[in-house]
Amino acid sequence: MIATMAAALNAALRDCLREDPSVIVFGEDVGPLGGVFRVTDGLAREFGEERCFDTPLAESGIVGTAVGMAMYGLRPVVEMQFDAFAYPAFEQIASHVAKMRNRTRGRVALPMVIRIPYGGGIGGVEHHCDSSEAYYTHTAGLRVVTPGTPADAYWMLRQAVASPDPVVFLEPKRRYWARGEVDPAVPGTPMDRAVVRREGTDVTLLAYGPMVQTALEAAEAAAEEGWSAEVIDLRSLSPFDDETVTASVRRTGRAVVVHEAQSFCGYGAEVAARVTERCFHHLHAPVLRVGGFDIPYPPPALEEHHLPGVDRILDAVARLQWEHA
Amino acid sequence: MLPSPQPLGLIDPDGKRTAYRGHPLPPPEVLRELHRRMVIGRRFDRQAGALTRQGRLAVYPSSHGQEACQIGGVLALGPGDWLFPTYRDSVALLTRGIDPVEVLTLLRGSWHSGYDPYRYKTGPQCTPLATNALHAVGLADAARRRGDDVAVLVLMGDGATSEGDAHEAFNFAAVYGAPVVFLIQNNGWAISVPLEKQSKAPTLAHKAVGYGIPGRLVDGNDAAIVYAVVHDALEKARGGGGPTVVEAVTYRIEAHTNADDPTRYRDDEEVAAWRRRDPIDRMEAYLRGNGLIDDAALDGVRAEAEEVAAGVRERMRADDHVAPAELFAHVYAEQTPQLREQAALLAAELAADADVDQEVPA
Repeated sequence: MIATMAAALNAALRDCLREDPSVIVFGEDVGPLGGVFRVTDGLAREFGEERCFDTPLAESGIVGTAVGMAMYGLRPVVEMQFDAFAYPAFEQIASHVAKMRNRTRGRVALPMVIRIPYGGGIGGVEHHCDSSEAYYTHTAGLRVVTPGTPADAYWMLRQAVASPDPVVFLEPKRRYWARGEVDPAVPGTPMDRAVVRREGTDVTLLAYGPMVQTALEAAEAAAEEGWSAEVIDLRSLSPFDDETVTASVRRTGRAVVVHEAQSFCGYGAEVAARVTERCFHHLHAPVLRVGGFDIPYPPPALEEHHLPGVDRILDAVARLQWEHA
Repeated sequence: MLPSPQPLGLIDPDGKRTAYRGHPLPPPEVLRELHRRMVIGRRFDRQAGALTRQGRLAVYPSSHGQEACQIGGVLALGPGDWLFPTYRDSVALLTRGIDPVEVLTLLRGSWHSGYDPYRYKTGPQCTPLATNALHAVGLADAARRRGDDVAVLVLMGDGATSEGDAHEAFNFAAVYGAPVVFLIQNNGWAISVPLEKQSKAPTLAHKAVGYGIPGRLVDGNDAAIVYAVVHDALEKARGGGGPTVVEAVTYRIEAHTNADDPTRYRDDEEVAAWRRRDPIDRMEAYLRGNGLIDDAALDGVRAEAEEVAAGVRERMRADDHVAPAELFAHVYAEQTPQLREQAALLAAELAADADVDQEVPA
């Protein structure tokens, strides 16, 4: 079927609720409204108030109660309404969700999913557009994944709910309405693996979430300039799929990491370091980062200047050609 | 819904029955058990302090003075009920039946928690204040959703009530009708900060009312009233009556931990006054005064406490060796490729260290 990413996520939640009676879905406005992005549309009606329900408006409370519920054997899937509204839950995530298994020497697992719409590009006003991935990837014990396509949205969410580990599931909100083929009958790639979205020989573009589509567009434009760009969709930000990434960069000899987040201490810094450490003798140029500027997320009128687009990626690719100049 | 203006009590500081008749006095066998557990708890606490001075524990937050709260609360729990403790609740954990060495694992520093939460229906000791209150509400609500006959007791301190998570926990519990009892051990001090700098509420129990939860104010050095009120509240919770907040007014007789110096912020007279309200002395006086215990039985309890302490002393002498490889074992359900690499790195470092040790001439 052709579906939007939001519809694919909705279908995944519906199938999880159908197949596993321990799955419950809760958060702010996820009940009758179906979530502000309609990802939980119809779930309260189909599965009832006991399985999909609205909570009081308090994110630490949502995640903290999910910890207790998971301890008791439920599989909570909670929604943080927007990236920057998840910060009140950070203590519960960093100090408890991520650490419970380790603290209890493996006796208490917390299989739960924390869904967070993240990133910009939708004209959102302040506090609605943060790229908060690095806060979570820096926290050991969490799995952090982000889909770039509707098919991945469906399968990665199914896998996240089934995972024995807690998963921070980052949803690129500007791609909620992007359409693509989703086949619930064909299992997707495991969520902890990166995939090659486009093959190429001269440079590897490493992207995830909202930037996968942008990187593919950049690769298309680069082809017109005569550069063959490979595009890797990282999918799992933590743990990181070194194998897929390293194999590609050793072949192409050049790499650009692309994300919306600020570059300083951003996720791309880790990727660049890992790639450099593992591929140094294969590299023809330094690994470059393309990201947003090191500024608080801008107001809607200016966000287009902040977000990396095809041109900023192509400029980076051009800078990598220095040894041929 | 409002708490009583004065803390409820069944046995006064002199060991006499109070005039309060709102709760029946627990039966003699419960009173004797409360007393026995308090004597053992106090002795265990003293032993843990000694182990800290010997360097056997990294740190120890004492329960001295708060035995009535911890033991009254824990003994009130039913067989299916859960407990969510904090770092100061070692005596509650001991009373829960947890192996004393496993109680001390966190404070000894060999791992972050020593016991199996499922075996004892007890959450791990929680250090970030009030965060455990939300876990308690979540577990209680999960049990309610499944229709299980389970209530949850969460232990908190006066300082914890200032945290945002306390507010969220009270509110979620009330909205969900979660079967949870919040037992606030108001011991007067959050490290060095007195209660008057913590809250301007008439009492901490009053806070409950704002959430639509009944608040109960009790004498936290009277194990009988703590047991009776918590027992009632748990029963009500299991029956679908929702949450209760119980504030037990007590006192932290010792320093915050061995690393603290209370002479910098409080007077000895204040401590001395609270020592005269000791929870064990008053229970002992009541039991003796009413012929519920004799010298032989008392000697038996004290001997049992000595035995527990001796056992702890003996077993804590042995080092609790944790294999360094375990650092990587419980981060995820399965080790990630990155953690496998790092485990190999550490193993190589350890092997190299071992080689160096061997090269040192005798």
